[in-house]
Amino acid sequence: MIEVNNISKAFNGKEVLKGITSSFQKGETNLIIGGSGTGKSVLLKCMIGLVKPDQGNVLYNGRDFYNCDKETQQSIRREMGVLFQGGALFDSKTVEENVRFPLDMLTDQSIQEKQERVAFCLQRVGLEAAAKRMPSEISGGMKKRVGIARAIVMNPMYLFCDEPNSGLDPLTSVKIDELIKEITEEYQITTIIITHDMNSVMEIGQNIMFLYQGSKLWEGTNSNIISTDVPELKEFLFSNKLLREMER
Amino acid sequence: MSVIGKYFIFLGTLFGKGEKLSVYWRRLMEECVGIGVSSIFIVAIVSTFIGAVSCIQTAYNLVSPIIPISTVALIVRDMEILELAPTITCIVLAGKVGSNIASELGTMRITEQIDALEVMGINSSSYLVLPKIIAAMITFPMLVIFSAFLGILGGYLAGTLTGVITERDFLYGIRDSFVPYNIFFMCVKPFVFGFLIASISSFKGFFTSGGALEVGKASTDAVTNSCISILIADYLLAQLLL
Repeated sequence: MIEVNNISKAFNGKEVLKGITSSFQKGETNLIIGGSGTGKSVLLKCMIGLVKPDQGNVLYNGRDFYNCDKETQQSIRREMGVLFQGGALFDSKTVEENVRFPLDMLTDQSIQEKQERVAFCLQRVGLEAAAKRMPSEISGGMKKRVGIARAIVMNPMYLFCDEPNSGLDPLTSVKIDELIKEITEEYQITTIIITHDMNSVMEIGQNIMFLYQGSKLWEGTNSNIISTDVPELKEFLFSNKLLREMER
Repeated sequence: MSVIGKYFIFLGTLFGKGEKLSVYWRRLMEECVGIGVSSIFIVAIVSTFIGAVSCIQTAYNLVSPIIPISTVALIVRDMEILELAPTITCIVLAGKVGSNIASELGTMRITEQIDALEVMGINSSSYLVLPKIIAAMITFPMLVIFSAFLGILGGYLAGTLTGVITERDFLYGIRDSFVPYNIFFMCVKPFVFGFLIASISSFKGFFTSGGALEVGKASTDAVTNSCISILIADYLLAQLLL
């Protein structure tokens, strides 16, 4: 379980996050939604340690990420898997080497063990045939899947995905969503997904948090989000004319 | 001043908690190939022609009948060893290697590859930058020795083929009044310049933010700042060691 308590962050005096508090359960796909510039990615970066919050703390199964010794912080980091928006694959390495990278760097496994684990992860995301290709030779959807394979190769307890569907066609988006949900349930991972894709919200949103101008305005599930009476959330959900008419 | 402070803090992070030695060894070998071996061609071309031109131009200026013609070779040798090979070669390398390092790290930063390393718990600056700096400090002196050899060879070829100096005079000249200490001085310079080029370029690339425009700017800044630092260090080394 991940808990965030009263997280605040400002850049150059501008408050981007205002006292965010929430908890994210194991085995669930937790979504953080909101319009552009509402602080979703900053919140994610605060959670994974890329941006230090001005106030508040983040607890990983009770371990305070920002107020613990370096060894504990390091071990928490090694329990994380992160899928970045663009995949963040290393350009100079093949797909296989990208997925194997955390194993090479952080474990003492034998070459055989590493190869087996990489083959399993690539097979899990349906990319075993692309193992020898370079990131520049694969599509955006494939890059995301390689990113997922790299994120799960260390058997993470926590999986973070920053806009996993951005730049993808609707069909590929659904496949990525399904893959993340399957992995989350199969390995009982605590998954947090940043998105503004409504298909994802309806498809895999077991726990949804809505951010608006740096504040948490709403929290619930995909089954009760439609019936919300929060005007900002309604505006976000029914942003186009057709949906607004349907709502009416 | 704050940039200089940030630069020294950045250098401090290189020696923070690192990874397995085998990882660094592999990275170092990759960087030695990327920085050193891939620069051989440009160094060879530049050095040979600089040597050739310096021989022709020195001979053109030495018209006095009281100065033996072998002095041309002596001047070419000392110019190559003391200044042209170490400094000009390193300025050329600042352009090639410096811009390459800054743009590589800048692109890695804006495409979140450095963030990915940090999230994994890897000391990204140590993993990415330290092997580059060590590789530059190892390969630059080798390239400079190679450059000095080719520069003198270029001078010999240009001088003898055009007839401005005979082979005998040239060979006599390059052995005349030879100071072995100058070779040591020639090797110290690229060692220092390699550190400056690799660290300054890495610093510029590592802290890039924004997009493609900023990567280009980081690359330009890396080359400019590296060249300025080379010239300052060149003066200080000459003052201190000669």
